Amino acid sequence: MNPHATIKPSTARLAAQSHFRTLRLGTPFQPRIDALGLKQDWYNWAGYRAPHSLWDEELEYFAIRSQAALFDISPMTKYRIEGPDAEAYLDRVTLRDVTKMKPGRVHYTAWCDDDGFVLDDGTLFRLSPTRFRLCSQERHLPWLLDSAFRYDVTVEEETEAVAGLALQGPTSFAILRDAGFARIERLKIFDLAEFAHDGASVTISRTGFTGDLGYELFVPADKALSLWDRLMAAGELRGVRAIGYTALNRARLEAGLIVANADFTAAEHAIRADRLRMPDEIGLGFMIDPDKAHFNGRRAILEARARKKLRYVLVGLEIEGNIPAEHAIVYYRKSQEVGLVSAAMWSPMAKRNIALASLQRPYGDAIVDDLWVEIYAMRELQYQKLMKKAKVVPRPFIKLDRRTANPPADF
Amino acid sequence: MKTWDAIVIGGGHNGLVNACYLQRAGLDVVVVEKNDWVGGAATSRELTPGFLYSNCSYVCSLFRSEIMRDLELPRFGLQVISYEGGAVFTRDGDYLANYRDHDAHRREFARFSKRDAEAYDRYSRDVTRQCRLIQPLLMRTAPDPTSFKPRDLGELLYLGKKFAGLSSEEMALTLRFWTMSISDFLDEYFETDVIKANFALSGIIGTALGPMSPGTAYVLLHHYMGEVDGSVGAWGYARGGMGAVTRALAASFKASGGTVRTGAEVDHVLIRNGKAKGVVLAGGEEIYGKLVISNADVKRTFLKLVEEKELPDIFLRRVRNFKIRGSSGKVNIALDSLPEFPALPKDSPVYRADMHFTDSIERMERAYDDWKAGRWSTDPFLDMMIPTTLDPTMAPPGKHFMSCFVQYAPPKIDGRDWTDADRDGFAESVISQIAEYSPGFRDRIVHMEVRTPREIEAEVGLTEGNIFQGELTFDQLLFNRPVPGYAQYRSPVGGLYMCGSSTHPGGGVMGAPGRNAAAEILRDLAKPTLHMSPAHDVI
Amino acid sequence: MTSSDLNWDAIVIGGGHNGLVAAATLAKSGRKVLLLEAGNEVGGAARSEEFAPGFSVSAVAHLLNRLHPDVVKTLELERHGLTVERGDFVPSVALFKDYPLVLHGAYGEVLTGASPSEQSAWKELRAQLLRYAGVLKPFLSRRAPDLGNMSLTEMTGLGQTALALKRLGKEDMRDFLRVLLMNVYDLLDEQLSDDRLKGLLAFDATLGSHLGPRSPTSLLGLYYRLAGEIGGLAGAQVQPKGGMGAIVAAIRAAAEKAGVSIRQASPVAKVIVEKGRAVGVVTQSGETLRAKTVVSAINPATTILDLVGPREVDTGFVRKVRNIRMKGDAAKLHLALDRPPQFAGVDAAAHKGRLVIAPSPDHVERAFNPSKYGAFSPEPVMEITLPSLVDPSLAPPGACVLSAVVQYAPYALKEGWTAGKPRFLKAIMAQLETYAPGIGATVRHAELLTPADIEARYRMPGGHWHHGELQADQMLMSRPVSGWSGYDTPLEGLFLAGAGSHPGGGISGAPGLNAARRIIAMRA
Repeated sequence: MNPHATIKPSTARLAAQSHFRTLRLGTPFQPRIDALGLKQDWYNWAGYRAPHSLWDEELEYFAIRSQAALFDISPMTKYRIEGPDAEAYLDRVTLRDVTKMKPGRVHYTAWCDDDGFVLDDGTLFRLSPTRFRLCSQERHLPWLLDSAFRYDVTVEEETEAVAGLALQGPTSFAILRDAGFARIERLKIFDLAEFAHDGASVTISRTGFTGDLGYELFVPADKALSLWDRLMAAGELRGVRAIGYTALNRARLEAGLIVANADFTAAEHAIRADRLRMPDEIGLGFMIDPDKAHFNGRRAILEARARKKLRYVLVGLEIEGNIPAEHAIVYYRKSQEVGLVSAAMWSPMAKRNIALASLQRPYGDAIVDDLWVEIYAMRELQYQKLMKKAKVVPRPFIKLDRRTANPPADF
Repeated sequence: MKTWDAIVIGGGHNGLVNACYLQRAGLDVVVVEKNDWVGGAATSRELTPGFLYSNCSYVCSLFRSEIMRDLELPRFGLQVISYEGGAVFTRDGDYLANYRDHDAHRREFARFSKRDAEAYDRYSRDVTRQCRLIQPLLMRTAPDPTSFKPRDLGELLYLGKKFAGLSSEEMALTLRFWTMSISDFLDEYFETDVIKANFALSGIIGTALGPMSPGTAYVLLHHYMGEVDGSVGAWGYARGGMGAVTRALAASFKASGGTVRTGAEVDHVLIRNGKAKGVVLAGGEEIYGKLVISNADVKRTFLKLVEEKELPDIFLRRVRNFKIRGSSGKVNIALDSLPEFPALPKDSPVYRADMHFTDSIERMERAYDDWKAGRWSTDPFLDMMIPTTLDPTMAPPGKHFMSCFVQYAPPKIDGRDWTDADRDGFAESVISQIAEYSPGFRDRIVHMEVRTPREIEAEVGLTEGNIFQGELTFDQLLFNRPVPGYAQYRSPVGGLYMCGSSTHPGGGVMGAPGRNAAAEILRDLAKPTLHMSPAHDVI
Repeated sequence: MTSSDLNWDAIVIGGGHNGLVAAATLAKSGRKVLLLEAGNEVGGAARSEEFAPGFSVSAVAHLLNRLHPDVVKTLELERHGLTVERGDFVPSVALFKDYPLVLHGAYGEVLTGASPSEQSAWKELRAQLLRYAGVLKPFLSRRAPDLGNMSLTEMTGLGQTALALKRLGKEDMRDFLRVLLMNVYDLLDEQLSDDRLKGLLAFDATLGSHLGPRSPTSLLGLYYRLAGEIGGLAGAQVQPKGGMGAIVAAIRAAAEKAGVSIRQASPVAKVIVEKGRAVGVVTQSGETLRAKTVVSAINPATTILDLVGPREVDTGFVRKVRNIRMKGDAAKLHLALDRPPQFAGVDAAAHKGRLVIAPSPDHVERAFNPSKYGAFSPEPVMEITLPSLVDPSLAPPGACVLSAVVQYAPYALKEGWTAGKPRFLKAIMAQLETYAPGIGATVRHAELLTPADIEARYRMPGGHWHHGELQADQMLMSRPVSGWSGYDTPLEGLFLAGAGSHPGGGISGAPGLNAARRIIAMRA
């Protein structure tokens, strides 16, 4: 009845059918994390089973700040971008000037659509003159492939193939050195290098999401466990601990770093037009380089700057008292609604009540006085409503010299 | 002799919704229905012992939750159950599933194309944006663009403002979206045939258009505007079959004091001095009413139930030009066991979802070419599901009811009427397609009900068997539906109203036409509408 | 001093009729304009060419029916040799066995060969079509409205349209709004009964587009045709003496008179962009030419993707440009005949007209079907002219030129045009033989230009003569792409002036004129 030619599907495609039985995948480190995950407190990170916390979220945080913490970043989306035009290609796709980026360096960067709205932020690793890795929270393959039109470059998603680990905290350097990664001390902040591991190669960069001394390691998925074991063994005497996202999230807030779809809505997810954000509206204006060659969104961004059409600003707030103001509304003169807090906490390192907030300009920009947040603190099934004064302060909320010190301190 | 406050012709879901709202506003309302049961195209009947079919309409999503709440339908037995996504079987022995879980959805698409898997988010964002523009219009009367009445101007302004909230580019995109074919639209997002076919089917269900026809992107929207309990775009089964919807409506209506007369076919509307005074039944009985509201489609109402002389020429001309084209059929099957699909793992949730066998837009379009040529499709498009995998009330344990919506089936075969032999041939095209994917399928069949446009028109009264009471093309939407100048539920005859799917916002088991018509009628009567809860917010 | 040292006010890329019109209009505003044409002569798809020894023909467009009156006026084309008189109007003939139906004058002011009732139905429909097309007509000579931020002029423009609508009267306005996006098939069914007439109109509505008469929105094609005019009458058509080349010659004369420098055989390799601004071009021969403004009157996709390149524009814009549908469905047939053919039942006068093979809307729809799947129509529909009957200089004495636009011939033919072309030619000849028995034996030379050939020869991607499907979703503010419909581009100083821009193709000059007006208004 259907006289149509049939080509047998590939065995890989058929084999992949069974994914419906595993709605949340394990990462290549899952056996180790499962063993340490005493709390069984999972959340869904891009389809992976990731821990909120493994044993104690407070203590996990202090592991970051006092010893070293191991955090599995494998679910992060990773793209391999390679080819003679890779540099020119990425220079057009991302905001910062890639032509000035040397092999062995890392950019914290962002990329925008035509209207200058931020699609995502992420890290760009230059592995060689013609080879890059782009890591981000969201997925962007169609955008990256469409951007590759007429460029001699290949873009491949390698999230599953490459495992990632963040080793963060004061003793992280010492652990890597003790693990035998020779000359790791030469890595300055935002440097990367390849090291031998278990018959393969691991890429280690001095980067992280904590505002602390720290490194990120990328390794082929089948070498993940041996890498984990190598770090754990080397770190045993230096207090290395595996941690979950809650602890990391605290550290990143102290560092003043933003998260896509938490502190701003990524453009491809925004259904409501007023949720879109330009780099200048989420504190990423520093990435804009009007003197570099053309990049996506350039026209719109420069026009918005010139015509003063920027509508929002993302600021750091210091709030009276010690009650976290998460998702509180920000007021001007206690009455006029001018914005929203997207993340907030009492900072153990700064001993201040800190927050990130998106405000409607000119508030937070030209007008920074007389700002208030209304905190709804749920206490035993009642909201305690607090109106607290907020002050716009610079980010990061904490600045740790050990993050950038060269050579890194040996704790 | 009694004079009712209102007579509703036809006990379909819109007629019942309309009657319920009027009765609850204090009117004394009678619904006259030609069949011995109510329900119209939302009906469930036991044609073979132990099996309940959803004879025509078969899934629920569009039915407005405001109406369910106002009319207390849960109290009268209505329960809607969400189901798993769906799947398209491919000719190479595989399938593409739509899982409800976002990540599983992506992984499934990635089996065919990583790019398409990731393109889905942008696609769904863009479609959602369009839906949000349309949704608020469903529960409003369309303005007359030629009118200078304050209310029409106000509504036009409302539309204008909704539109003005968009950027220039979004406006252009919206206009584009409304005029595009679903095939061209999908080409801008996806590269894989089966993935495109998977989405395109929502652009053709119920219409006499192919996926390559401009305007089918809008039809897709029409199918996405629904929800199941706040889960936008989701579809569900009415527990007990789609008849449960109208059974609940009828019970709600009766509980509020309304009267239903079944087995009462209206021969014509009684009109005196240009005003509707009641209806005359086929047997000659006259029923008097101050108002008459027709749930029948606009052609049936004005070309069969009302005499020509009562209507202005221009109105008649427009009614005759109204496009109401049968394009689909239905095959309902009682099965003595659950069919097997070797392509599907035995534990696949897809057994509880809707299934399709058309894995390319080209096959869909070729099926439409057959319709244009006046034939049923040799390789039909099927929307097939087995509700008894989730609803134990429709068949004995272990036995199943299978619903197959079939496209395309023309209202006439080569210009002549359908014959029984045609009907059998049509059914065979469906059975053989399923059997190709499900060995032994034929042996499981206990009973089968086959509905071509002929049967649908004869029983339900839908002209040409068109399930939407009129095509959903631009010339028949909003202020053009059903005809320009009469898009506000009134007719040229005083006291005669329309409340069926021929009116804005159109077909599907939505209930909005019935409710909107009730609002207009109550406005004319200067009665309060406090019992109508406001349309849910779209925020 | 070489031209490289000159700083031009404007460089126009492409010497098709739109490029010439844009260049001439800019030059008349006092700008120093250079026009670069890739081919050996200007004219683009409006050229006349010798396709067999002694036989010449208008290569792509062969009838003049929409040269915009503003173009004629602005360029004073009448002073440059363009004349159109009422006597030049040629009829349209719906061929059918030996009893054709003829639309005389401007799109059937008089209809012959039809029943009296059909004649009066036609009279009514024709008036209605012209009335509705008339409402849309002012859009042709304006930028597409920018709905988001409308200027006063645009508001006024739309206001005038609203007023024109209002003038129709309430019921007519309602019908207008109802049928606007309808398919032509249903409208014809509502109002006419003669398949010959319906077939002709169905053909005209879908000519040059990837639509069948049953496709929703196909009626717009008919409005587009009827919004055009020639000799002051909407719907009129003429076979220009000397072929379309003569029209181009008049426009070229006007351009040169206005001071435009024209360089032929100068294909442009790239547009030079500095800091987001187009500042000139580099020719394929390597010469750099700088200008304040660069106007591209060639295909929008070629302009953006090839001449500018993705490096200088945003990904979303490239995506939109690549999504412009521009795969042509129309082929062009040129026959060198020993003697004029005799079409059955057609009188001598009507042989000078447009002869259409489209016996019914269903036939046209059936011809369309295979093109959806990459196959050509086994029974194609076509419009035929015999230009040498109007202008004997186009063929040797006694011989005859036949020129036909044939549908549907999908650009991306599945079997490939190398294999498909002879088979398609055979199908066309079989159709012709039915309507003009004996024609086959008189063919001295046949040239069939498939969309692939048209692409190669006239640098029209996809072989699409509108440089982009002229369908509702690619019209007005969506032409060439949404967000950039007003002739400007994301690059400052770069403008688009070809048929790919609003309002679209056909020998109208409107895109070229509108673009030039935009540049003048922006003081660019």
